Amino acid sequence: MKALDHKLRRDLWKMKGQAFAIILVILSGVSTLVMFLSTMNSLTLTRDIFYRDYRFGDVFISLKRAPESIKHRISEIPGVDTVETRVVADVKLDIKGFPEPVTARLVSVPDDGKPLLNRPYIRKGRMVDPWKDDEVVVSEAFADAHRFSSGDSFTAIINGRFKKLVIVGTALSPEYVIQVRPGAISPDFKRYAILWMGRNAIGTAYDMKGAFNDLVLTLSPHANLNDILAKIDNILDEYGGLGSYGRKDQISNRFLSEEFRQLQRFAEIFPAIFIGVAAFLLNVVINRTVSTQREQIAALKAFGYSTLDIGIHYVKLIIMIVLIGLGGGIGVGIWFGKGLGEIYMEFYRFPYLIYDLRPSVVGIASLVTIGSALLGTVHSVWNAAKVPPAKAMWPEPPARFKETIVEKIGLGRFLSQPTRIILRNIERRPVKAFLSVLGIALACAIMMTSGFFKDAVDFMVDIQFRLSQKEDMSVTFTEPTSRKAVYELKGLRGVEHAEVFRSVPVRLKYGHRSYRTSINGIEQGNRLHFLLDMRLKPVAPPQSGIVLTDYLGTILGVKEGDMLTVEILEGSRPVRQVPVTGLIKQYIGLMGYMDINALNRLMREGNAVSGVYLIADSLYQREIYRKLVEMPRVAGTIVRKDEIRNFYETQAEALLFFTFVATVLTGIIAFGVVYNSARISLSERSRELASLRVLGYTRAEISYIFLGELGLLTLAAIPLGFIIGCGICRYIAIALTSDLFRVPVVLEPNTYSLAAAVVIVSASLSGLIVRHRLDHLDLVAVLKTKE
Amino acid sequence: MLNKKNIDKEAVQTSVSEETVFKVKRLKKVYEMGEVKVHALRGVDLELYSGEIIVLLGPSGSGKSTLLNILGGLDTATEGYVEYRGKDITKATEKELTDYRRYHVGFVFQFYNLIPSLTALENVSVVTEIAKNPMKPEDALSIVGLGERLGHFPSQLSGGEQQRIAIARAIAKNPEVLLCDEPTGALDSSTGIVVLEALERVNRELGTATIIITHNVDIAGMANRVIHLSNGLISEITKNPVRKPPRELHW
Ligand SMILES: Nc1ncnc2c1ncn2[C@@H]1O[C@H](COP(=O)(O)OP(=O)(O)O)[C@@H](O)[C@H]1O
Ligand SMILES: [Mg+2]
Repeated sequence: MKALDHKLRRDLWKMKGQAFAIILVILSGVSTLVMFLSTMNSLTLTRDIFYRDYRFGDVFISLKRAPESIKHRISEIPGVDTVETRVVADVKLDIKGFPEPVTARLVSVPDDGKPLLNRPYIRKGRMVDPWKDDEVVVSEAFADAHRFSSGDSFTAIINGRFKKLVIVGTALSPEYVIQVRPGAISPDFKRYAILWMGRNAIGTAYDMKGAFNDLVLTLSPHANLNDILAKIDNILDEYGGLGSYGRKDQISNRFLSEEFRQLQRFAEIFPAIFIGVAAFLLNVVINRTVSTQREQIAALKAFGYSTLDIGIHYVKLIIMIVLIGLGGGIGVGIWFGKGLGEIYMEFYRFPYLIYDLRPSVVGIASLVTIGSALLGTVHSVWNAAKVPPAKAMWPEPPARFKETIVEKIGLGRFLSQPTRIILRNIERRPVKAFLSVLGIALACAIMMTSGFFKDAVDFMVDIQFRLSQKEDMSVTFTEPTSRKAVYELKGLRGVEHAEVFRSVPVRLKYGHRSYRTSINGIEQGNRLHFLLDMRLKPVAPPQSGIVLTDYLGTILGVKEGDMLTVEILEGSRPVRQVPVTGLIKQYIGLMGYMDINALNRLMREGNAVSGVYLIADSLYQREIYRKLVEMPRVAGTIVRKDEIRNFYETQAEALLFFTFVATVLTGIIAFGVVYNSARISLSERSRELASLRVLGYTRAEISYIFLGELGLLTLAAIPLGFIIGCGICRYIAIALTSDLFRVPVVLEPNTYSLAAAVVIVSASLSGLIVRHRLDHLDLVAVLKTKE
Repeated sequence: MLNKKNIDKEAVQTSVSEETVFKVKRLKKVYEMGEVKVHALRGVDLELYSGEIIVLLGPSGSGKSTLLNILGGLDTATEGYVEYRGKDITKATEKELTDYRRYHVGFVFQFYNLIPSLTALENVSVVTEIAKNPMKPEDALSIVGLGERLGHFPSQLSGGEQQRIAIARAIAKNPEVLLCDEPTGALDSSTGIVVLEALERVNRELGTATIIITHNVDIAGMANRVIHLSNGLISEITKNPVRKPPRELHW
């Protein structure tokens, strides 16, 4: 059927405008699918290889101090493979030219300079000489942020002593693929560092000679994780173990897993929308094509082409369009995927990114697009192909029109004739009109999702830092300290207000469920740290009992009034029963809150505090930072303002990328839907419109009749788009909920208006293009041709 | 003029063989348009011999196209039967009908029904590609005098030229019967004559049995037999002792 293939090619060329619009929509769907899935696969593969080659541990635990001999008892647990002990410490850094507080995690390197597990990948320079006490390898992100290179030095306050450290190399680690300070919301490369240093030097500084305070181990295949965790805790409890946990709960790995979950969700939502819209557009266009080719079909059948031949002919046309979109989409998807991968590499520090486009992803993309394209078109193709040839030679019956509802209820007399034509046209094909509206609405919805991320982040930050945590900085002490220590801080010049807090690591248990977190004790009547009830109203800390973040309540399955078992992982490690007296709202992290005195009583300790929240005059900020660095008692300082700023900075690029992609995609869908319906009504109605022109209607009036319909559909689509957009955002929020963070569903007026604007602009653009054709309508030619 | 009762098989012209191509018996066709039933054919009996040219005359709506469509396997009968070379095509399956159209019948329509996106040559190839023993498309086009315009698209050709391509397309498969539904209906008379000449030439050179529908009485002169249809019934069949060459027709 070579001749028919020529027909195919030329038909396709003739409908190139419409085909192009559809191809763009398919391309968008395929490229988002490929982008999300390939990024996910690439990161997964890269992660797995990095974990394997650099021997990421399976089980982790921190403890207070245990003698090295304990290591053997752990090694003997059946299922345990390699065990490595370490000394890990959090230190303050003092960096010339960077006055803000910086903290770092100091990780020991064994005496032979070759860590067995969680091995750092040396990017530049070399590993430290384990017997030198002034050499460090620093995390690459930190080095980059400060433009450090080998040979540069800075000062660290190691167990109260200032120590000049020389950088000998930069490194990445499977343990710190994402470098977030514990408790922080995002990586802060400037203010948080990972440092590797010889075990000997750290051991000396922290009185850990022949002892360790951190343990990593790997398991042999088929080992039972939970059993082993319990056994390890049993052994290390008496050495101040903070509870062992598996990879699943290792923070860097957690962030990665959440990211994969998010990519997976996105790979489901966005491509589905595009491919659905593409199927609808194909349906409309193919419907129109077969109906204008009724007589050609009849002739072909009269010459002995079978129904199947004809069907295959049109299916080829569809497949051709789909294949172009598919091919382009895979190409663009790879390109986007690599771009997105680069963006992820900013957050997630891998030594390299192995781009992985699996054949299965291409397979899924092809299957889904071709499948839905056919699903959307086969019906009309088959119907057209199976008409007996004699029947097809008969013209289709004229479209049936009725009075519209607006006219029926008596508003007709307020309508001009052209307006009536518009309304009747819409009402004549309600399903098609509805699907067009739906298509445009989906475009609007996609745009809203991009605004949603910004709005949700703004809202979270606003709630967390404006309503809940109002301090300028929070200072933590190296160990629980008497409340008197506060006076030292209050006495600093520029400190205007100080409030104490107590933070205790715990394991909360209810029934068979448990969760490891900390309890924060805060003062009654404090002015800086507020708890928010479910309606985000500030509430006082509970007089008695404990309040939990609502999602923690869900995880543990507790409600107000239930008795919670609190295993304290500090000091004498008491286990206590505490009543839950309420649930509070908090978007980031999961915690319990108590009155500080009640917490002190629970711990059977005096009035110990873990740290202080401060309000300070910004004029004296540098001076205060300086003093805090020098105070041996102070373990670290977090400046809220910096934290927020950093959060936005790290997010900015990703947000921009998402907004950009969403805008382009929205434009494509809106343009595609509007352009296609416009072209089709133009082809269906050029006779009618030409006749009106002959009757003396002006171009403007004709355009009004023609574009008015599209305008009306577009306007109707926007509110529907808002509703669908909210729905999608809600779904995303639910899908992304985890103990790390809960995304609130908030959409700012700006997001709505931007979405509407993008839709209106792209719809108008396509309207203008079609109007250009309308203006050049050849009246004579149109009226002469038989429909 | 002969009366219907006096149809005499022996009386066919010498160029026409005795071989029966179509035998139509009590053929009825009812179209149901919702509530209304349209009786397009009310009981037609007819025989067509190979090599013959038949002109079907009758007013608009008399059932000419319906009859032709059923003969050509484009439409199905409501009652009665149609035998093509001894085989009842009213009982044929969809597949058999398709094959019948593919290998045996050539169709020419009033509005040409060319594929606008194909050139003259390709429009003919569309048919030869699926036929069993076709001519070369170029040859079919030369027979209708269009050997020079192979690369033109229908929109670049006049109505008469388009219709001649349609004829080339219809004959290119070497069909046994050529069914033409008002082939000159959309053409002026001089162009019409060129088209009829093409049909006559095909009949003469290839011996293709040909039925030509027209409501133009003047065309009847080129036929062996003229069948008058009125209101779904054959009202009379006339026989021309000699066929007039188309160029001698005027209207
Ligand atoms: N597909 C059809 N559906 C309904 N009615 C039809 C159809 N084809 C023909 N008719 C009706 O059958 C009658 C005969 O039509 P037709 O055979 O086309 O007549 P002619 O070709 O002689 O003008 C007419 O009344 C016509 O309206
Ligand atoms: Mg007719």
